[in-house]
Amino acid sequence: MSFFLETLFGGLMAGMLYSLVALGFVLIYKASGVFNFAQGAMVLFAALAMARFSEWVPLYTGITNPIVANLIAFVGAGVVMFVVAWVIERLVLRHLVNQEGTTLLMATLGISYFMEGLGQSLFGNSIYTIDIGMPKDPVMILESFFEGGILINKEDFYAAIIAAALVALLSVFFQKTATGRALRAVADDHQAAQSIGIPLNRIWVIVWCVAGVVALVAGMIWGSKLGVQFSLTTVALRALPVVILGGLTSVPGAIVGGLIIGVGEKLSEVFLGPYVGGGIEIWFAYVLALGFLLIRPQGLFGEKIIDRV
Amino acid sequence: MFYRENGQFKTSYRADQQIFPIAQDRVALFVLLAIAFLAVPFMASDYIFRAILIPFLIFSLAAVGVNILVGYCGQISLGSGAFMAVGAYAAYNFFVRVDGMPLLVALILGGVCAMLFGILFGLPSLRVKGLYLAVATLAAQFFSDWMFLRIQWFTNNSSSGSVSVSNLQVFGLSLESPLAKYLFCLSLLAVIALLAKNLVRGAVGREWMAIRDMDVAAAVIGIRPMYAKLSAFAVSSFIVGVAGALWAFIYLGAWEPAAFSVDQSFKLLFMVIIGGMGSIMGSFFGAAFIVILPIALSQFLPVLASWVGIEISTAGVSHAELMVFGGLIVWFLIVEPHGLAKLWSIGKQKLRLWPFPH
Repeated sequence: MSFFLETLFGGLMAGMLYSLVALGFVLIYKASGVFNFAQGAMVLFAALAMARFSEWVPLYTGITNPIVANLIAFVGAGVVMFVVAWVIERLVLRHLVNQEGTTLLMATLGISYFMEGLGQSLFGNSIYTIDIGMPKDPVMILESFFEGGILINKEDFYAAIIAAALVALLSVFFQKTATGRALRAVADDHQAAQSIGIPLNRIWVIVWCVAGVVALVAGMIWGSKLGVQFSLTTVALRALPVVILGGLTSVPGAIVGGLIIGVGEKLSEVFLGPYVGGGIEIWFAYVLALGFLLIRPQGLFGEKIIDRV
Repeated sequence: MFYRENGQFKTSYRADQQIFPIAQDRVALFVLLAIAFLAVPFMASDYIFRAILIPFLIFSLAAVGVNILVGYCGQISLGSGAFMAVGAYAAYNFFVRVDGMPLLVALILGGVCAMLFGILFGLPSLRVKGLYLAVATLAAQFFSDWMFLRIQWFTNNSSSGSVSVSNLQVFGLSLESPLAKYLFCLSLLAVIALLAKNLVRGAVGREWMAIRDMDVAAAVIGIRPMYAKLSAFAVSSFIVGVAGALWAFIYLGAWEPAAFSVDQSFKLLFMVIIGGMGSIMGSFFGAAFIVILPIALSQFLPVLASWVGIEISTAGVSHAELMVFGGLIVWFLIVEPHGLAKLWSIGKQKLRLWPFPH
């Protein structure tokens, strides 16, 4: 029982991290109808920027306090992501308005190749570390309830809390601020939003920026867990089933989907994996998402797809 | 002046419905085939065969297959790499486990296995549409990656799924020299491309296009969506599977599951989009573009760098390659979202009026 709960908690926390990446997909798809395959590259780019800045700041400015240095690095990386968002809007999206979904998808794949190359040639291509002072030691909880308690990785726990905080922050931003309202208006209907004077181009820059910041946080957490390296881009592929399971257009869907996929992955790997040779978690996530899609083709929380002839 | 159909009168339905209704097109095609079969073998060097021509032919075949699914039937698939893998490993199993199995039969049986796999993973397309389907097809990709890595039986109990074939023969002729490989791939490509071209202009092809343009409307006028979608998945994954088997047997010789990773799927989709969706001709253009671009970049970039006077490392070159590749794709999609095939048809239209446009 305690082993099962341990796996369950592990899955929930891993799921929170998936939803963090999935959130980036959903934000951009909602506001601009672009399925952004470059999200993985953005995570890598942001994490590389963050890792290198936190290395360079003490070197060049003499700031030795790690918290201040990390903060400066975070802000620096945020600025970098803003520039990236602006450039993408200027050079790519603006020219691809009204194109088919597939074309846009391929364009973001092109962007992702470009960013992978650029990121590595700007910031180097070895493995870097991000140390934001997260404790790495595991901790026992609920010892009074079970024999031996449940072993929980503290780092995962804090990461899940950061992710949850970010999600809460984003929902306040979307629900309560004027910009958030404008973003939701654009998401609902481009033309109607434009006709009441919401500048589409600026909204797109903002939404790509927000997605960039989400990528930065995701990159920071994943980077401090796994080290910042090229394989960070595959995190996006792990997050895709989360996106379709929750629905492409739904922020809560990304969260719930993340939790379901995280738990499903861990439980399947632990309880089903040994029978079939292990390593099944990545395709199991997709098959799980597919199973949900067969019942609800638009994902759990996605808008209903209506076909009109 | 030279390219127009004036004076070519059709006197029978047969003549009216042939594949290439314009006489100049027919002549051009025969000339092209003659050059490919007779002239190229004398001109190309071994390097060109190995590095450019053979990959180009095999990827063209795969791109034709993907184009049937994505371009003609409108079902975006990111699982093409998996269909290639299934084709390759199935052909390998038939080739190694059955004594005296002819290569050609093994390749075709590999294609049949890929077809069954494709139909299985095409089933969700009956309910799931658009981008959701695109992501769902990734399930096939990751499932096949896992399957060939972990299930030892498929790879003849070799470690980490790496297998190899040797001593390939077809009709008693050895397939060892690059020239023989080239001719073998070319013949297969020519036959399958002709079949594909005929399929897409026949009844089933029209059904695919109707489904692509609007599936509800197509269903209303009596097209069975299940039959149309699954037949597109079947034909497409058969062709992609044969291409995968060719890629493994003829080009690689020895391979492991990583040869058919998700990158391969993206590449195939790039070929279809850049070449032009819904065009057999476009598949060839797209394949040529994607095959030649990285080679040209890796040859050209160091030269360019030394002109400017910068010394770049090999890692730097590979990053710059990624950047230029990504940048070019984006640029291309912006400039010509309908692909190279569109440019080709614009060119033909212009040629008809040339040199008197009015």
